[in-house]
Order: sequence, then structure tokens, then C-alpha cells
Amino acid sequence: MSPRSEFLAGVRFQLPILLGVIPFGVIYGVLGIGAGLSPELAQAMSSVVFAGSAQFIGAQMIKEASPALVIVLTTFVVNLRHMLYAASVQPYIQHLSTRWKWGLAYLLTDEAYATVIVHYQRGGELKHKHWFYLGAGLTLWASWQSSTLVGVVFGSAAQIPAAWGLDFTLALTFIGIVFTSLKDRPTAAAALSAGAVAVLGAGLQYKLGLMLAALVGITVGVILEESKAVKSKQ
Amino acid sequence: MALWLTIIGMGLVTYAIRLFPILALDRFPIPPRLRQALRYVPPAVLSAIIFPELFIRDNALDISFSNERLLAGLFAILLALISRNVLFTIGAGMATFWFLQWLGV
Repeated sequence: MSPRSEFLAGVRFQLPILLGVIPFGVIYGVLGIGAGLSPELAQAMSSVVFAGSAQFIGAQMIKEASPALVIVLTTFVVNLRHMLYAASVQPYIQHLSTRWKWGLAYLLTDEAYATVIVHYQRGGELKHKHWFYLGAGLTLWASWQSSTLVGVVFGSAAQIPAAWGLDFTLALTFIGIVFTSLKDRPTAAAALSAGAVAVLGAGLQYKLGLMLAALVGITVGVILEESKAVKSKQ
Repeated sequence: MALWLTIIGMGLVTYAIRLFPILALDRFPIPPRLRQALRYVPPAVLSAIIFPELFIRDNALDISFSNERLLAGLFAILLALISRNVLFTIGAGMATFWFLQWLGV
């Protein structure tokens, strides 16, 4: 396929996913304004950070006046999963110029990764496949920026009552992501143990509860996977 | 001004996480042990965000029937496990939440 047709295929494959991204972007914009961000800041976060879940949490923490360093550290923990995405696309874009790599890394979100990795794993000629990645990534980027703008404008114009509980969509979105893809016992145990520790540690300062919970969850997952592997070997 | 710096900091760590493996893996492959641990990051971190949202209200544990977020959230977890559909889970969860609020249990 030519660069052009790869690019257009990337755009097309991203379209159904936008159904989930656009409402999320609008809600982020509304909540960002509700958290006390200026319209410029709320919009800037979408292009500077470009990571939905981290932006929701960041806006919430800014509202609670958490220290900047804690917000940045929490962002790091929440986005650590992207390291896995980057490691898994790396073999397919190894041959590209540094400029391409810097650009594609910026576009590496959950949703872009989901389509791009499927396209790469399908095999075939690798030569122009980065254009597919670029098409999918830019489509997502443009929708995220414009849906944020809609939310920011809407949130600034109308007072959204807190009773609507729009911030609850964050928890629901994460429930959707985690519990629709629970595959095995170690993953379920990682999720539940992390959740329990987070509730117990919710009173701790500096989101330490979140960090501790993540650490416990990951450890529980790894240990259970190991013991399963040992058992199946016996 | 401080908020701008916060956002730039958030952006820098996010970008570094996405860029580092792409640039460095040619020379330094990720150790299998770390790769294995990374797989548990999403369920662990996301659950650590979800559960306090459901169980904690006004800085205290609330497991009563008047906690609409807890009821709607647990129902959404059930729906997610059955439907395996993210959008449906969000929509149905939000509808349940508003319904419970309207009931005012």
C-alpha cells in the first residue's frame, strides 16, 4: 500500500473508537473548568499531556490543591502502562528516522495503540505502515483537542450542577477498561488487592495510598502468575 | 504560572514514558521480569483509582445503601464482566447512578 492509502486506512480504523473518545473529551473539558482551570489551561493540558485518564486525575488533584510534584508523580504512575505500549511497537518502527520516532511517540495513546498494534501484527509489507500509525494517531489527536474545546466552551458558558455527578464517569470509564478485559486470576487479584489497599490508604497524604496500592497490586499479580507457572510445570 | 509548570511537568513525564522505550530498546531490551510486572500496571493503578471513588465519601468509608456511587459502581462492574463492552458499562452505570439519586434511597 502507498503512504496515502496507509494513512487513510489508519484514519478509517480509528473512526469507531472516536465514539468513546469524543464524549470523554467533552466531559474532561467540562470537569477541567469545574476544577477551576482556566479555559487556556484546560485546553493546553489536552495537547501537552494528551492522556485522558491522567488529565482527569490531574484536574481533580489541581482542584484539591495537591503539590505540583505529587501531581507529576501520580501522572507518572498512571501513565506507566504506556511504557509497555512503546516497548511493543518499538520493533516495528525501529527502522524509522529519529524525527518519526519522536512524533509517533507523542501520539502513542491507549486508543491509538489498540488499532496500530493490530495493524502491525497482521503482518505484510512494513515499509509504509508508519503512515497508518500517523493517520490513526492524528485522527485521535484532532478529536481529542476538538472535543476538549467543546467541553471547555460548554463548561465555561453553563454552570454544570455538581449533583449531576459527571466526575463519576471517570470511575465508570476505568471500571469499563479494567473489568471488560479481566482475563485470568492473577489480573483479577492484582485489581482487587490494589483496590482494597487504595481504600485503606485513602487518608494518606500525597496520594501515597495510590502508589502503595499500585505496588501491592503489581506484586500480587506477579507472584500469582509465578506460582501458577510453577504448578503447571509440576 | 505554577499550574502551567505543573501541566508541563505532567506532559514531560508522559512523553518520556512513551519515547524512552522507542529510542532505547535498540540497545537495552526490557528485562522479562519488568515486562511481566508492567502487564499488571493498568489493572492495579486503575483499580486503585476506582475503589476509593466508590467506597469513600466525605473522607470516610461509606458502605451504606445511601452511597449511590458504591451501588452504581458495583452494578457497573457486574455489567462490564458480562457485556465486555466499555461504552455500555459507562452509559448503564451513569443511568443507574442517576436513577438511584432520583429514588433518593
